[in-house]
Amino acid sequence: MTAPAQTLIQGAPKARPGRRRWATLLGLVPFFLAAFLFMLLPMAFLVAGSFQDVNGNLTTQNYADLSQNFIVDAYITSIRVSLATAVAGGVFGFLLAYAVILGGLPHFLRTALMTFSGVASNFAGIPLALAFIFTLGHVGFLTLFLRDTLGIDIWAHGFNLYSEIGLDFTYMYFQFPLMVLIMAPAIDGLRQDWREASANLGATSGQYWRHIALPILTPTLLGTMILLFGNSFGAQATAYALTAGQVNLVTLVISDQMSGDVLHNVGLGYALAVGMVAIMAVAITLYTILQRRSERWLR
Amino acid sequence: MGFLDLTDVRKEFTGGTVAVEDFNLQAEKGEFVSFLGPSGCGKTTTLRMIAGFERPTSGTITIQGADVTDRAPNQRNVGMVFQSYALFPNMTVAGNIGFGLRIRKRPADQIKKRVGELLELINLSGRGDRYPWQLSGGQQQRVALARALAIEPQVLLLDEPLSALDAKIRVQLREQIRAIQRQLGITTIYVTHDQEEALSLSDRIVVMSEGRIEQIGTPAEIYNFPATTFVAKFVGSLNVVTAKTVDGAAGTVTVDDLPIRTFKPFQAAAGTEVVLALRPEVVTIVRDGDAASVRTANRLHATVDEVTFLGSVVRTRVKLPGGTTLNFDTFNDPHLVVPALGSPVTIGFPAEGCLVLAD
Amino acid sequence: MMRLRLTPAQVFWWIVFILGVLYFFLPLLATFLFSMRSQPLFSAYTDTLTRGDFWSSLGYSFVIGVITIVISVTLVMPTAFWVRLRVPRARPFVEFVTLLPFVIPPVVIVFGLLSIYANKPISLTTVPYGSDLLLVGAYTMLSLPYMYRSIDAGLRAIDINTLTEAAQSMGAGWTRILVQIILPNLRVSILSGAFLTLAIVVGEFTIAAYLARPAFGPFIALIGRNEAYTPAAVSIVSFGLTWLAMGLIAFLGRGSRTRVRVAGAH
Repeated sequence: MTAPAQTLIQGAPKARPGRRRWATLLGLVPFFLAAFLFMLLPMAFLVAGSFQDVNGNLTTQNYADLSQNFIVDAYITSIRVSLATAVAGGVFGFLLAYAVILGGLPHFLRTALMTFSGVASNFAGIPLALAFIFTLGHVGFLTLFLRDTLGIDIWAHGFNLYSEIGLDFTYMYFQFPLMVLIMAPAIDGLRQDWREASANLGATSGQYWRHIALPILTPTLLGTMILLFGNSFGAQATAYALTAGQVNLVTLVISDQMSGDVLHNVGLGYALAVGMVAIMAVAITLYTILQRRSERWLR
Repeated sequence: MGFLDLTDVRKEFTGGTVAVEDFNLQAEKGEFVSFLGPSGCGKTTTLRMIAGFERPTSGTITIQGADVTDRAPNQRNVGMVFQSYALFPNMTVAGNIGFGLRIRKRPADQIKKRVGELLELINLSGRGDRYPWQLSGGQQQRVALARALAIEPQVLLLDEPLSALDAKIRVQLREQIRAIQRQLGITTIYVTHDQEEALSLSDRIVVMSEGRIEQIGTPAEIYNFPATTFVAKFVGSLNVVTAKTVDGAAGTVTVDDLPIRTFKPFQAAAGTEVVLALRPEVVTIVRDGDAASVRTANRLHATVDEVTFLGSVVRTRVKLPGGTTLNFDTFNDPHLVVPALGSPVTIGFPAEGCLVLAD
Repeated sequence: MMRLRLTPAQVFWWIVFILGVLYFFLPLLATFLFSMRSQPLFSAYTDTLTRGDFWSSLGYSFVIGVITIVISVTLVMPTAFWVRLRVPRARPFVEFVTLLPFVIPPVVIVFGLLSIYANKPISLTTVPYGSDLLLVGAYTMLSLPYMYRSIDAGLRAIDINTLTEAAQSMGAGWTRILVQIILPNLRVSILSGAFLTLAIVVGEFTIAAYLARPAFGPFIALIGRNEAYTPAAVSIVSFGLTWLAMGLIAFLGRGSRTRVRVAGAH
């Protein structure tokens, strides 16, 4: 009686589990193959290309060139713009989402904002630039309205749509909606009974926010702002259309290198790209850490 | 005037739904009162009005003489235990329990001491640094209870706290809750749809249906002397039989033309139909040769329909000539002789076990 | 809640909302007003809707979009299913891959693609449909975050373990299980991912431009540089069409258990 029982306890012979595992992994091959062909391999080539000069010889000159002033300036500007639009977009986007979800506004406004945000978050490039030029340009409709009707000439007061600030302001058009869309489920996740429990224990609204709601939301808030950072960091078409080179961004420098101008240096472009990816990798790592944390709490 | 008074409380929601109506209750200090009823009967709404999350449309709520009807929920000093526990996920167990005290700006060492006492009370000493998601359902519920008790509330409110738990844990926890409540002497309102919970825990039960109070009484009163059909049917199992009145003042009726004596006199004209309620535990099978007894003063003829063995209890279902079925339970006994299906039997029950229902 | 009495908190939220509305609508209004300046009235719109390259570029983007959606779904759905059913350990790796399109800016993606596939030995750009293939490939990658998240959320809502076991006990093979059992239950998720992908493809500029494809994005860029009122009209039209599509998802997805998520690009 004991011998068969022992075999049962030991389980199936060792050979089979190993083979089964390989077979199941096979199901994931198409996905990773596609990712390899269209993202990872190009990335590898970029990295490789960044170590080559115009003639194909190995060099680290491209990375040395990264220290050129205007390139460092491009990185700094890109990071600055991205940080600004991430924070401002994050804060106001969050407020907007909260307003329609828990702020006591009529329910249909929430649906309207969500669908609109779906569209607006994709509204970028030339159409967006044009829209803001039509609004706040030298003869933009709002500019003229403020000047002729209210007597305030914003351009004379130093406002410049085609500056970094103008670009930040324009970027909000897709940053706010992105924040709204991603924060909405998180705000929904703030259970009503937490709020009631805190009131029951004597807390005011402000104390509820300080001790409970904000701590719970913070990982998602920060994580989403990092996504906004990435979104802004990689943007190019809008900046080009709006500022046409007046604002020095890394993405614009890269596209300059690619556009076939006489003095372009492909290797430098690659190096710039690798630099961007490195910065984004740090951002995404932070994002993943924050995501894990908030998932644990909101289970 | 009691410790907790609800006077003519009414709650009407926008849109016209009346959730609670004519609610009157005076709970004494240290009393354990249950609100019992099916979903939608208004028991949770009433509880939330006591807590301050809903404002009564009319009526008053006073605690220790002070009118709290219009007071904000964070100024009432009532402790509430939510059905979903509502533990703050970003705080440890100790953090949750001490939250109310931190809001009241008590000194840190005092908070620590009190949290320690409460952890011991709920048998979770040493788990203070765990997070809610690391605890089981039963543990979370105990923490929720400790959190509500930490602020030394005047009234403790519990909203179906055990409904999400396994049956065994439920029984353990409800005994613990009752023990703690007795020890602290806190006036408690307990909302539940589980009549076994209400019966075993309460000093008094408020049975509710469709926004109104059906009956207020001790568990024994509710169970043995239900005031309305609803209460009779909702609390405990019940057999219902139609009978014809002979003499209301004398409490006599006929069922299947056999004379039956009811427990109390009732109001009905001779010849009218009334509804008789029979508790299953008072019914027995009468065998030939059994001595006459008060216990079987009333007799009816029936045929055996089904016999189910439930372990400690044997449930028998019989059919009366008119078609009505009656269930009754007898304690299991090794010498029990089970009647054959379809065989004719005589069943007997005392006058006390038989009530005419008011509606 | 009293009808006319607003708490200070509610006033604040209304102000926030109105500011948001102003910010979003003024530029659209300005674009619309500008498009109305064309002589005669609405000629910008009639010009737009009658010109060949509007429709051809929109059509091209639309076709590319549909192809991308099909490939993306075919790639993502079985993978998400497999990860959930059999290889949960692979989840972090799969999720990492779906985050890559966020990490790598489009200009870098197209740069990288060209560096491999446009030079010797593989010169796809000279092969007919080669560049289109690259475009679809790139867009499939861009769609991954949204498609995967959407489908994964949809899978979470249905008990795939039990469904699969039930199907297998009746003799179904993997293809049949995926196509006839899992796919119909993911209708809303796939729709959501599909519309998003379409929105991204139609609005995308950088990759299409550098691959020299006659897509809608480069078309808008071209007319934006050269013409006056038509770009404004095109903006309004494309915005309106996309809003309609999003409204359609919301409408189709109402009442379903999975939350329909829509998020965006650059």
